[in-house]
Amino acid sequence: MNKFLVAAFASLLLAGCSGNWGWYVVNPMTDSGFLNLKFLLSGLYYTILLSVTAISFSIVFGLVIALPGLARNRYLRGINRFYVELVRAVPILVLILWVYYGMPQLAGLSIGVFWAGVIALALSDSAFEAEIFRAGIQSVDRGQYEAAHTISLNYADTMRFVILPQAIRRVLPALGNQLVYMLKMSSLVSVIGMQELTRKANELVVTEYRPLEVYTILVLEYLVLILIVSAGVRWLERRMQPDQRT
Amino acid sequence: MPSGGARPIIQIDNVSKHFGDFQALKDVSLDVTLGERVVVCGPSGSGKSTLIRCINGLEQHQSGSIRVDGVTLDHSAGSLKSIKVKVGMVFQQFNLFPHLTVLENLVLGPTRARGMAKADARDLATRYLERVRIPEQANKYPANLSGGQQQRVAIARALCMEPSIMLFDEPTSALDPEMINEVLEVMTELATSGMTMICVTHETGFARRVADKMVFMDQGEIVEAADPDKFFTAPDSQRCRDFLDKILHH
Ligand SMILES: Nc1ncnc2c1ncn2[C@@H]1O[C@H](COP(=O)(O)OP(=O)(O)OP(=O)(O)O)[C@@H](O)[C@H]1O
Ligand SMILES: [Mg+2]
Repeated sequence: MNKFLVAAFASLLLAGCSGNWGWYVVNPMTDSGFLNLKFLLSGLYYTILLSVTAISFSIVFGLVIALPGLARNRYLRGINRFYVELVRAVPILVLILWVYYGMPQLAGLSIGVFWAGVIALALSDSAFEAEIFRAGIQSVDRGQYEAAHTISLNYADTMRFVILPQAIRRVLPALGNQLVYMLKMSSLVSVIGMQELTRKANELVVTEYRPLEVYTILVLEYLVLILIVSAGVRWLERRMQPDQRT
Repeated sequence: MPSGGARPIIQIDNVSKHFGDFQALKDVSLDVTLGERVVVCGPSGSGKSTLIRCINGLEQHQSGSIRVDGVTLDHSAGSLKSIKVKVGMVFQQFNLFPHLTVLENLVLGPTRARGMAKADARDLATRYLERVRIPEQANKYPANLSGGQQQRVAIARALCMEPSIMLFDEPTSALDPEMINEVLEVMTELATSGMTMICVTHETGFARRVADKMVFMDQGEIVEAADPDKFFTAPDSQRCRDFLDKILHH
């Protein structure tokens, strides 16, 4: 499937060499083309930094939200449901605008574009992470808790050493999906001026007026980035495999 | 053999346990003295597991009292904590931690719950692995061991907490016949060493060899409690005789 996609894009590029495509804008053989290409690629830094920072927060936060969802107490479970339903209902773009333009008025402090993006992406992703963790933790056999009880582990140690390591292994593919999703959604932070891939492309389009070529490069940038991430996640899954099974 | 004046280490007094409307234990009373080996048997659903799971707080009883080594189990965090460390348990399904090696399975409790240093815990674990005769499997994962080996690891894991009481819930029921003996041998040896044990099992050979007291349960009640000689030759109740007929001549 992935190979097919790459081939499709390669042929599209080849086709573009003839006709009225204007590949000169990003032709690395010319000085200006080289600079343009470098400009586009420089967006990678913030796309990656933003996504990785946001998902690190959302994983931790999602876990914190998931735990009350597993409690016997219905009010604790209610807190979990309320958070998940509320956050899932807000479109990411809306959340970005609200955090960047709205929240400073509320809190009386202004935050930079980067942290506004991190907060918005992490918040919206945390609801999904919470659901993933809840499912993963629930899939661990009850006997594991009982065994932990009989060797006197407290709740925190039971989670940390017994339940979570098994749960995380099982949800690794889902976490990988979320990272891919996060990399794509980070493009939305361009609307508040974050200098990531999409923003760079938009700026170049304005000065060069070659949207077809520039956006094609942009598509390729995301495609390659995400293929690499997917391969990385699959590698990690394989590495964590051998000791599975009870 | 516990003598008349032996110290009771477990006192179960009129304990009842309900699951919703269903009563799994009905006014059960049982005393176990230090070093005593009790074997519990009875038909499926008679409450054997529930009884021993109440002793270490895996289930909460609703009435009656359970005292373990002087501490009353009232499901306050404190009493539960002090009872848990005294009571080890082995399950039918082993319940080893599949993501940890054998050694890591053994070291976890001592380091996290008993505050032992890693190196000391590793020495301790190695000693108990030798005792259950699988020191060479220390670095394997549970999935790569046979059922009998897994159960012996589970026993070693419990012993690493150095409990004063061991509970066994049908430890050989999930095993292939050729592996049952290797587990029973380890349990027999443990019994010989003076460990206080309550074993739910239908292995009559083992029961005759090691039990000081036989307990027969049916429908949430202790129907018969006697020394093995009397229990296997002349039980008082008809229910117990019928049950023994079934398990001795299957
Ligand atoms: N968590 C539970 N919820 C509801 N009912 C339960 C629960 N645990 C046990 N029971 C019921 O309590 C009764 C006693 O169960 P228990 O597991 O103690 O029996 P047992 O003597 O150990 O049987 P077996 O030989 O099958 O293991 C059974 O009828 C069972 O269905
Ligand atoms: Mg049982």
